[in-house]
Order: sequence, then structure tokens, then C-alpha cells
Amino acid sequence: MTATITPYRPPQQAGRDGFTQLLHAEWTKFRTLRGWVIAVVIAAVLIDVVGLLVPRGQDHCAAACQSLVPTGPGGEAVNDSYYLAGQPLAGGGSITVRVTSLTGMISAGGIGLVPRSTMSRGLVPWAKAGIVITGSTRPGSAYAAMMVTSSHGVRMQSDYTSDIAGMPGSVSAASPRWLRLTRSGDVITGYDSADGRHWAEVGTARLAGLTGTVRAGMFATSPLDFTPNLPSYAESGGMLSGSVATGVFDDVDLRGGAPGGRWAGQGVGAGSAGYSGSLIGFHQAGARYTVTGSGDIGPVVAAGVNSGYVTGTLADHLLGVFIAMLIMIVIAAMFITVEYRRGLIATTLAASPRRGRLLAAKAVVIGLLTFVLGSAAVAVAAIVGSRISRDSGTYMLQVGWLTEARVILGTGAMLAVASVLALSLGTVLRRSVAAVAAVIVAIVLPYILGVSGVLPASASEWILRITPAAGFAIEQSVPQYPQVVGHYAPPDYFPLAPWSGFAVLCAYAAVALGLAAYLLRRRDAGGAA
Amino acid sequence: MNQPMTIARHGPRRPGGAAGAERARAGLADALWAEWTKLRTVPGTAWILAATCVLTIAVGAATAAATRCGPGTGCSVDPTKVSLTGIQVGQAVVAVLAVLVISGEYSTGMIHTTFTAMPRRWIVLAAKAAVLTGLVLAAALVAVAGSLAAGRLILTGNGITTAHGFAVVSLAHGPTVRAAAGSVLYLALIGLLSLGIATIVRDSAAATGAVLGTLYVPPLVALFLGGEPSWQRWAERYTPTASGMAIVNTTGVHNLVISPWAGLGVLAAWAAAALLAAGMLLRLRDA
Repeated sequence: MTATITPYRPPQQAGRDGFTQLLHAEWTKFRTLRGWVIAVVIAAVLIDVVGLLVPRGQDHCAAACQSLVPTGPGGEAVNDSYYLAGQPLAGGGSITVRVTSLTGMISAGGIGLVPRSTMSRGLVPWAKAGIVITGSTRPGSAYAAMMVTSSHGVRMQSDYTSDIAGMPGSVSAASPRWLRLTRSGDVITGYDSADGRHWAEVGTARLAGLTGTVRAGMFATSPLDFTPNLPSYAESGGMLSGSVATGVFDDVDLRGGAPGGRWAGQGVGAGSAGYSGSLIGFHQAGARYTVTGSGDIGPVVAAGVNSGYVTGTLADHLLGVFIAMLIMIVIAAMFITVEYRRGLIATTLAASPRRGRLLAAKAVVIGLLTFVLGSAAVAVAAIVGSRISRDSGTYMLQVGWLTEARVILGTGAMLAVASVLALSLGTVLRRSVAAVAAVIVAIVLPYILGVSGVLPASASEWILRITPAAGFAIEQSVPQYPQVVGHYAPPDYFPLAPWSGFAVLCAYAAVALGLAAYLLRRRDAGGAA
Repeated sequence: MNQPMTIARHGPRRPGGAAGAERARAGLADALWAEWTKLRTVPGTAWILAATCVLTIAVGAATAAATRCGPGTGCSVDPTKVSLTGIQVGQAVVAVLAVLVISGEYSTGMIHTTFTAMPRRWIVLAAKAAVLTGLVLAAALVAVAGSLAAGRLILTGNGITTAHGFAVVSLAHGPTVRAAAGSVLYLALIGLLSLGIATIVRDSAAATGAVLGTLYVPPLVALFLGGEPSWQRWAERYTPTASGMAIVNTTGVHNLVISPWAGLGVLAAWAAAALLAAGMLLRLRDA
């Protein structure tokens, strides 16, 4: 006689090995430890407290700067000041010139009113002179220009952010440069030539809204000279000095202009304000035209390098993030090392024998928690912080909402990935001190060294490229422009593009997570103390 | 973990009637010997001390190699300070060693045994502090000497020489000697400060975070309070690492917010306060 024995199955058994249950178990472990919950909340609060403390502005600029800074056709803040010798151009046409010389002067230091006696001969790298077609002389207008520069050859630039290289080499009487711009409707095409007979097309620009009568002419301008300090602790930035550039033109040919039109000199923008009239201006001697100007035509970059006012970006308000990261690294590493220390890991693994899943559940819980809290805290810091900065006289460089969302969610994601990296190293090393120290030395320390200016700039750039601290690049909200000299340094600018830097951090975390999963499966559950 | 622990008594039982008095006098010496044995036999110690030296020298040398300052460009270089940049990284390793000295015992529960054997807990802390200081001083001496030697070699190669108007890393130069000796003391004080904090925090992971946070967070936060120069000055004068690092300056000393020795004094005060608080908490708290 055989009896059929039906084993008793408790109702939850079917799902006990399920991932959802595992997630729930790990979440319960986390939230029932009061110390951890408090620490995580402190981390989030610190992001906001530190982020909102940072504003640094100029009182006199509080309301004025927001309206003083022109914005270009793309909505970005721009510098638009130069000296123009121009004529109206009603319809289609072209302007052709020969440039025979580009010279300039640089002040011995300082910006503002610069007496001529303090200036010496010299050119800043992006001093420029050439021809321009612009919608109007109101700063921020759409334009396209062909120019010779001091160190970057012939360029075609348009609408502040576009920059196309033409002929290389610098200009002189022995090797002059011919430049030409043609207009057909709202399309401007730029050409350059070394002899005035053989022309090469440099580029084409379609300028939205360039209808009716525009101005065409010769221009010259020269941005501020920036000499970065040798970085040392608590000293960054550098010295700014004013400069002017002079272009000499002949063989000038304007087609499509008014019959008998005369060239009229005009200072555009505020860049020439600091110089005496004898330094800035336009002279005609027969068929030879000399134009001298100061300023820049290009986007404003952060850190107040090419503008006379204090600029800020979202990243200025994210300084608290590295402190929160420090706390989250400790918590995430403890999330696994505590189990090893107490021997609880044996129980945990007995309850869920599929160890890879256990690690995945822990990673999801700590990652998701960090992401949600981190993003929320960063959103407050970025949005409220920008407002406080603006009210206290900092010109906040505007970015689109997509970029803003990328900075906020990306920073939350960066914190989450750092937590997963700490969890993984905790699993690999099984010891709290080693895991916490390793992750802090790998992420937080390089960030601190890179940002604080302890190291020379080149060393800072390298450690922010190759260490997991590259992930902080996600905080950069404004682009870097090769055609604008600037103090492109953290926290506003990082050497890697935002997503590339984030990918570097993710790669480290992925390798660590893979190694952790492998070792967790291979090793005995006992572990080190 | 799983094999039974054998407790070996070190040293023979002292004979004679004066045993009680002698044992009391020998309390600190015994504690020192015990702590030295513990630290010596933990496999990590030697590696950590080696890492302190290697990291300090490597970072200093890399910084020196990246330092360019042509004559006549108006830039200024403090060669000693550049050579000693590695201390900024080396101190993290010293802090980790300090955490291990105390937290290791808390995490294994060994601290119960220690305090049972040595009921006067502050003696245990003093012994740990003394042994740690000895080891850190030895490692720091090697690290600082190596950094200065590497810095001298590399910076001279980069044209930063007396011929071009720069001070040169040289032990005949008073401020350099002061910076070198001060840096060795700086690392020892960082060790003591970290030991104090780790004793207060107890948990090893939290202690590591707290110690590294104390070292690195205040200087960076102060740096970005650009709109509030008074806060920045305050931070440079009174936070442990920012004030302590004043000791490495050899040029422009009169422009510092705090003089080199006073800065090291501030760090010493922090370390003393942390150890004092740790000692008091050891007495008051459960093990």
C-alpha cells in the first residue's frame, strides 16, 4: 500500500525565489536601519544646503546684467562688440577685400579704462579682422563673417557659435589674404584666396531672419587676454587684460551697395568703451582702410573670462554633490559588508541561493534610492540656486530645459552609479574600510584634486579623464568653444563631454559589478571579517 | 574565523612581592607592546605604510613634472610646495591606517577582549596613538624625503632653478627644512586626528567616510564660497587640513592667512580635541 504524500507548500514559496521578493527583502533591510536612513537624508539635504550657499555675485549688477547681456539668434548669451566700417546692402551682393596686416596692442594688465601708455604691441590668439554681413548693428544680431586671426588662420564665423577654418597661416604684407562674402537672400557664402584669382569656398551660413537691407563692411575686434595662474591651493583663475586689433584693408569691392556709398565707422557693443578715441576707429587713406576695434564676437563662456560681469552655470550649485557622494559610498559599501561582518551573508545566501540575483537586487535598491533622492535634491539645488544667484547679481548662462533635465537626472544617475560601484567593491573586498577608502580615493579624491587647483591644469585634466571622477562631467551645462579662449576648468567645464565622462564612470562600475558577481558565485560565503 | 582561538600570554609572569606595583607601572608599556604586536602582525600595515610613501612621492613627482614656469612669464612657483603636493593624497592613506587601528577591533568584537585585558581604556587609546604615531612618522620621513628629492630633480630639469630666480629645494634653505619637518609632523597629526574621529565613530565604514570627509570637504567648500571671502579666510585658518597645509609654503609666507607653525598648531589642536573626546567617550560608553 502506498500513500501519496503531498508535501506542504506554504503559499509564498512559489514566489520566494522571485526577484520582486528579493527586492522587497533588500529594501526592508535598508529602510529598517535608522542610521542609514538618516545618513541618506543628510546626504540629500547637504546637496541643497551647500548648493544654495555658493552664490557669488556683484551687487551693482543685480538687475542690470540680465538685460545688458545680448543674446544671439540661438538664445545663448553672446559678446558682440567690434568696430565696423560699413555700408548698407539692400539685396543680393558681395563684398571682397584684401587684408595686408593684422596688428594689435595688449594692456599690461587689468580691464576697464586702459590708458594707451600701459599698452604694448602684441596680439591675442583670437584677435580678428575681416569682413562681415550683419542684420543690424544691434548687439546679438545674426551675422556671418570672414576674417584673418592672429594664430588660427582664416576663419568663417557666423551666428556666434559656428566657426569654420579656412586658409592656415598668418597675414602679412608679403602674404596677404583675400576674403569674400556673397549674399543671396538669407544665405551667406564665404571664400578665401591667397592671390585674388583662385578662390576657395570656406563655408555657407543660412541666417534666419536676414531679410531686407543689411550692413556689410570691414571690422576688427580683439578679445580680452587671459593668462591663467599657475594653480595652487585656493587660487585659481587668472589675469585678464584688454587688447585691441588693427586690420589694414585694400582692394575693397562692394557689389550691390547703394551707388556712391561711403564707408561709415561705428563702434558696435560696449567693448570699445574703455579705450580712448585715438586708439579705436576707422581711417581711410586713398584706397587703404584701417579699422581698429576691441571686444569679441562670440558666445559668452562661464567663469567671467570674456565678459566684464560674473557668470554662473548650473554646476556652480552642485558642489554639495561630492559630499553626498561620500556619504552614499559609505552606505552602499556597508549595504554588503555589514552582512559579511555579522555572518548574515550565510543566511541571506541560504534564503536566496542565486547569488547573482542577490547582488542585482542590492544594486537596484541602492541605485534606485540614490537616483531618486539625488535627482530630487539636485533639482532643488539647481533651480533654486540659479534663482538666488540671478537675484544676487550673477549672470546665469541660459540652457534649454533638455540640458537642464540632463544635468539634474544625470547627476542623480552619477550618484547612483557611484553607489553601485561602492556596493560592488564592497562585495569584492568584503571589508568596509578597504571598500570605502578605495571608492573615495577613486572618485571623490580625484574630483577634489581636479577641482581645487592643487594640481597643474594638465594633471587635473588627466585625472578627470581617466578616473571614475570623469562622471562629474555630467554636471557641465554649457558647451566649451574652441574659438573662445577661456578658463575652461571645473566645476563649470570638464575635459570630457558629459555623456563620455558618465560612460567612463559606468565602465568602472560595470567591471566592478561583473567582478563582484563572479567572486560572489565562486567564493565561500563566509568571507573575511 | 572558524578555528578556535588560542590565547597566548606574552611575557613570563613577573615574580616577587612587588608584582602589583610593577604591573601598574608597566601598564602603558604592556599596552604599547600589545598594540605594536597587533599592528605589526596585521598583514595590511606594511602595505599601507608603503602605499603612503609611494603615493606621496608619485603624486609629488607627477605634479613637479607638470609644472612649467618659463622665466619672464611672471608666474611664481614654490618648489618645495609643489614637491610636497603628494601629501594631499598620502594623508588619505594615513587616515585609513588610523581607522584600521581602532575600527578593526570594533568590527570583530575584539575590542571586548582588549578592554577586558586592559580595563583602563585611555591607556589603550594612548598606546594605539603612540604606536600609530611612530609608524606614521617613519613612513612620513621616507615620503617627505623622497618627495623633496624627486621634486628637486624634476623641477631643476624643468628649468626652475636659482639661475632663473626661483628658490630651489635644498636642505640649506631654512624654510624648506621647516616645510619638510612640518610635513612629517603634519602626517603624524593627521593620523592622530583620524584615530580620534574613528574612535568616536567606531563603525569602520562610517569612520572611513567621516575621516576622509573631515580631511577633504572643508577646504573645497571654502574654495567655492568665493562671494564670502570672510568665510574662506575663516576656513583656511581654522579647518584642520587647510590650516595645517600652511606648513608647506616657503615663498610668500607673509601673505598666508595663517603662519606655517600656527597652522600646524590649529591641526594639533583639532587632533588633541578629537583624541580627548574619544578618550572621554571610551570611558563613558559601552564597549
